[in-house]
Amino acid sequence: MDIHEYQAKEILTEYGVKIAEGGLAYTVDEAVQRCREIDGSVWVVKAQIHSGARGKAGGIKVCKTHEEVEAAAEALLGKKLVTHQTGPAGKICSRLYIEAGTEIARELYLSFMIDRSHERVIMVGSAQGGMEIEHLAATNPDAIVKIHVEPAVGLQDFQARTMAFALGLGEDLLNHAVKTIKGCYRALRDLDANILEINPLVVTKNNELIALDAKMSFDENALFRRHRIAELRDKTQIDQREVAAAEAGLSYVGLDGDIGCMINGAGLAMATMDMIKLAGGEPANFLDVGGGASAERTEKAFRLVLADEGVKAMLVNIFAGINRCDWIAEGVVQAVRNIDMKVPLVVRLSGTNVEEGRRIIADSGLPIITAETLAEAAEKVVQARNEVVATQG
Amino acid sequence: MAILINENTRIIVQGFTGRIGTFHAQEMIEYGSKVVGGVTPGKGGKTHLGLPVFNTVKEAVEQVGAEASIVFVPPAFAADSIMEAADAGIKYCVSITDGIPTQDMMTVKSFLRRFPKTQRMMLTGPNCSGTISPERAMLGIMPGHIYKRGNVGVVGRSGTLGYEAADQMRRLGIGISTSVGIGGDPIIGSSHRDVLEKLEQDPETKVALMIGEIGGPQEVEAGIFAKENMSKPLIAYIAGLTAPTGRRMGHAGAIISTAGESAAEKVERLKELGVTICPTPSLMGKTVAEVLARV
Repeated sequence: MDIHEYQAKEILTEYGVKIAEGGLAYTVDEAVQRCREIDGSVWVVKAQIHSGARGKAGGIKVCKTHEEVEAAAEALLGKKLVTHQTGPAGKICSRLYIEAGTEIARELYLSFMIDRSHERVIMVGSAQGGMEIEHLAATNPDAIVKIHVEPAVGLQDFQARTMAFALGLGEDLLNHAVKTIKGCYRALRDLDANILEINPLVVTKNNELIALDAKMSFDENALFRRHRIAELRDKTQIDQREVAAAEAGLSYVGLDGDIGCMINGAGLAMATMDMIKLAGGEPANFLDVGGGASAERTEKAFRLVLADEGVKAMLVNIFAGINRCDWIAEGVVQAVRNIDMKVPLVVRLSGTNVEEGRRIIADSGLPIITAETLAEAAEKVVQARNEVVATQG
Repeated sequence: MAILINENTRIIVQGFTGRIGTFHAQEMIEYGSKVVGGVTPGKGGKTHLGLPVFNTVKEAVEQVGAEASIVFVPPAFAADSIMEAADAGIKYCVSITDGIPTQDMMTVKSFLRRFPKTQRMMLTGPNCSGTISPERAMLGIMPGHIYKRGNVGVVGRSGTLGYEAADQMRRLGIGISTSVGIGGDPIIGSSHRDVLEKLEQDPETKVALMIGEIGGPQEVEAGIFAKENMSKPLIAYIAGLTAPTGRRMGHAGAIISTAGESAAEKVERLKELGVTICPTPSLMGKTVAEVLARV
């Protein structure tokens, strides 16, 4: 689960990380008010959306007067910002963070994340901050320092010092650098974060070390014990279909194609989507209906898939283990009847109670196309989709 | 032979008396697995499904000689149960539980590393469908009837895609020595490589099928292991050709986050390593049949 920059900064200050003075605004008036409260002559108006690369998308504006702040706030609030991370749909900006301008002497990079292959937290730093770490890793890998942390003992002072020296933070900034680095690690561990990134971490002209941006992402599976973090979720930043899916206990990812899918199991879902592509079609979505799918959950899954108006045909592929084909078949028949489905439907059932499931589909009298194998199912749904497209001209 | 479990393996169920634990314990017993009891803290001394319930795994090891365990404990408590099993001397543990926090798994792996390798419990999962040595023992939640006994070793992240593979093979008359689900989470007990190492040593296994997906370096690491250390042919299918970058496809581990993690890139690397690739998921059975015919 992602959170906003201002939320991450609020958390990090509790762990000893310094930030520039700033405040949150939901309206233009509030933005001007925040800027009045902050000393100085330069303010930065920052769009709060769940994405990096906001600067390039015009989401960060440096202002020298209150009027400029007002204009920037008007321009950003309620607007959709498109970055290379948001995809073409973009993300809506409904909150602004107004921050005191910072005179930057040096920009650094610092991040912490769970390294899957080493099963440890990895700390990554570079004296060359400000740019994307992926780009730096590709162009100048030697400029990046990586340190793994042993989970049983945690981040040690010598490791934090090693990182501080690598970032060029010797002498007078060393103590605060160590405090910042250790604070970040503790925040990641205490709060079940997967990623904590400060890019840039800056040395100001007054020789202070501050986090100019902050990004944190949390483990969804740990939110049951992180109530405070769970409350930071901003639903405006998430695809509404994915919100609805999560509430129904389904796993859904919207894609760009026109063949709707309902499948049980993430691996089988990806494989079925591969088959659709190989048969010449494009999936409209990833949808894992999960184990023990009831008729009710099946109907919810149908509604979710068909809410995408671009869907021209739908494929159900179930390999029942804990699920039973007869339950799924009943759910499918009920969903088709209740929803008044307009697009062709291909159903492939396999596994536990398959005969019973197929009989329910056959006896329903509904125009459901059935398939026995994965390949047959994919070919039939692509064919059905092509016929729909041909008829529509 | 087979790997990890057979008809003599003494199994306990952790989270035995709960609804899910009860249901799957019955299924495993019906399949022929030697379930010797279960653990539910606070219910020790009772009998459930005609079998003894223990308060601790240690008691189950001491009193009924438990060697393997299966964990159905809810996600908040599952890591603790896995560590308890390791501490009690269980040799092989399957964690079915889905939704264990990643940092809990980091703790589990760190705990397991404290044991010398010869005494270290093998863990598969979490978030997996378990392990089956067809017609001998099932330590999982799969539909047992679709598995036929034979000489193909299978390792895969996904449950239902593993069923698909088993079903395709059975239709072609091909059987399985052992099929191991390693799970779809970012941090898991055993990797593809760990299971391939066991399959290589198993006399019953003639070829191995790896069912992988997008995300993480594991499939390629397994391919490197196979090239350097395996005499048996390895076949692989990688799911997720259509998966976009940065979007998690159901499994917490199935997300393309860095270069080399997409299905197409993994397939290229595996081909270079001499692994036979199943071009489509509907050809898993057929590709295995072709390779078997050459062995």
